[in-house]
Amino acid sequence: MNKPSAVYFFGTCLIDLLYPRAGLAGMQLIRDAGIRVIYPDGQSCCGQPAFNSGYREEALSVARSQLACFPEEHPVVVPSGSCAGMIKHHWPELFAGQPGHEQAIAVAGRTYELTEFLVDVMHLELQDLGAPTRIAIHTSCAARREMGVADRIESLLGQLANVEVLEQAHKTECCGFGGTFSVKQPDISGAMVEAKSNALQATGASRVISQDCGCLMNIGGALEKRQSDLATQHIAEFLLERTGRASE
Amino acid sequence: MNQHQAFEQRIHKALHNAQLRRNFRTAMDGIRRRRAEQFQDEAQLQALRGQARAIRNNSLGRQAELLEQLEERLTGNGIPVHWAETPEQANAIIHGILDAENARSVVKGKSMVSEETGLNHYLEQRGIEVIESDLGEYIIQMAQEPPSHIVAPAIHKNRVEVAQLFREYHPEQPYTEDIDELTGTARRVLREKFASADAGLSGVNFAVAETGTLCLVENEGNGRLSTTAPRLHIAITGIEKVVEKLSDVPPLLEILTKSATGQPITTYFNMISRPRQAGEKDGPEQVHLVLLDNGRSRIRLDDELLDTLRCIRCGACMNHCPVYVHVGGHAYGTTYPGPIGTVLEPQRLGIDQVGSLTSACSLCGACGEVCPVRIPLPKLINRLRAEAVKAQRGSDVKGHGSLRKPSEAMLWKSWSLLYRNPLLYRLFTRLATRLRLLAPSRLRPWTDYRSAPRPASRSLSELARQEGYGHE
Repeated sequence: MNKPSAVYFFGTCLIDLLYPRAGLAGMQLIRDAGIRVIYPDGQSCCGQPAFNSGYREEALSVARSQLACFPEEHPVVVPSGSCAGMIKHHWPELFAGQPGHEQAIAVAGRTYELTEFLVDVMHLELQDLGAPTRIAIHTSCAARREMGVADRIESLLGQLANVEVLEQAHKTECCGFGGTFSVKQPDISGAMVEAKSNALQATGASRVISQDCGCLMNIGGALEKRQSDLATQHIAEFLLERTGRASE
Repeated sequence: MNQHQAFEQRIHKALHNAQLRRNFRTAMDGIRRRRAEQFQDEAQLQALRGQARAIRNNSLGRQAELLEQLEERLTGNGIPVHWAETPEQANAIIHGILDAENARSVVKGKSMVSEETGLNHYLEQRGIEVIESDLGEYIIQMAQEPPSHIVAPAIHKNRVEVAQLFREYHPEQPYTEDIDELTGTARRVLREKFASADAGLSGVNFAVAETGTLCLVENEGNGRLSTTAPRLHIAITGIEKVVEKLSDVPPLLEILTKSATGQPITTYFNMISRPRQAGEKDGPEQVHLVLLDNGRSRIRLDDELLDTLRCIRCGACMNHCPVYVHVGGHAYGTTYPGPIGTVLEPQRLGIDQVGSLTSACSLCGACGEVCPVRIPLPKLINRLRAEAVKAQRGSDVKGHGSLRKPSEAMLWKSWSLLYRNPLLYRLFTRLATRLRLLAPSRLRPWTDYRSAPRPASRSLSELARQEGYGHE
């Protein structure tokens, strides 16, 4: 699609409460390209936690409350692969045979994961102003498989001349977050994040960059618990920082 | 102990077995690499998956008619067909055939359907000797364990563990950890069994309705010997294994072996059409086919869950599953482990029996990505989670609603109330951000493995407003 005049930014519940800087960075990247960014007031959550736990009615009631946030035809940009995937791929299924189905399909059709939007729609060009650094990328499973946008974060980071991307073992394997999975099967989830943290630490990178704050909360929390120096950061914040636009 | 506690216990045991976890990690890494080497051309892979899916869908759509045709062709070829609705019936039929022929010993090729029915135990209780002839099956028969993987049943054991089993069961042999020597011992033992067994038993990979042909995929030649050396051969399989025509087989075979073991073709591929004919020098005098339903017809009733039956049992889903790689096959406690087991077993045995399996999935999608017949496994796992906690009755899924807990249902009701009401939600985020320092630093079980997340000092909603972004 051509560059739109405005977008809706769906911040996600996790970012709203825990990682607002990541959301703000995403909004700034879009605004800096001359696109009006609208943050709908009534937004809360895409419904994914309940949907993935089997509580579809509850998921539907929350998802339905979100439909009103996107009245115009603007694209909906989501700084998370799994929340974008929920809207794009599961809303049409969740709303099937229910009021709002057509509207849900319409919103799904114009929903973009953030890196997808930056690359495919904005054709974002980046100039790296940062000092040489070494990072590792953790692409969320939803970004990789459900959304099929794993290469977008790679191409964005590939534009940064002073950033060396190191590859961890078992790169495509899940970090073990999985939403309520991490609470329902804490020991399996714990074993998975332990393995992921080991693999990331072994690269010698100083930061882990991802397009999903769920994975970052999981991996970052595990790294913090083991008092590792390895930091975690959302791609939007990292891009702002490297291009000298970080607000702090 | 309820099913969830029992599952937890098996998971705990597996996760604390460092050797077991190393064995799975090493084995799965190898098998993933070999599969990837076979599928270097992405477009070709996707075309083949599409073709395999279409073939299986066609077979499932016309299953009743194809099964009738299969029976007619097989019977015409001299292979009687026996129908079993339950595992007990299948076992009784097989025992009856053996008994009628006064067969006291059976040599088995590999068959997961016979694991479903608990055939070995059933026959042994009735005084019939059963020997597994697939090397992996032979190993776990010595260890008295069920398969931990549907294609590689002893994959949870490493070389040293296998060597120790051989020492225990073959004390006459000098101890060795050399794989060729161990295999040599098994071969010597099994050759005698092939020659002396009264009957051979095998599974079936594809049953071709058009020609009445039973196809058997294997690598060790044990399948060929089990089905040709003894005077009696009994094949057992699930009713969903029927395919329409012979030309359906090559694409299915290709994607099966490449997906399962990363082989372009297996060492052996057997096509069994009839018993020994007059003037032929070898082959069994009698061949029988037992077709088992065991819940499969019930799965067909649901348009979405029907996809489960497309499975060709390659095991790629478990090979790529990050949960399976950490806990291994036995932790599931069912005949079929991994993603396909998580989908198939709660439907077959009931959510009230094994529905907990559906919790052991992060919905990462790796299984669905590699499935050769494109079963949407993550979607089906999610669907079964919904069936498990369903409030209303009236679903075809066995045991639906049985895992619904009032406390959990209440939690999700409250969650939806909070997140669908903008004013309430704003109040919540405002309180959480203002009181962030009061957030607990211990949030079990999350903090068993990670530090606790802490709310930011301002929510994104507030920051967006501050930064002058449009609100609507």
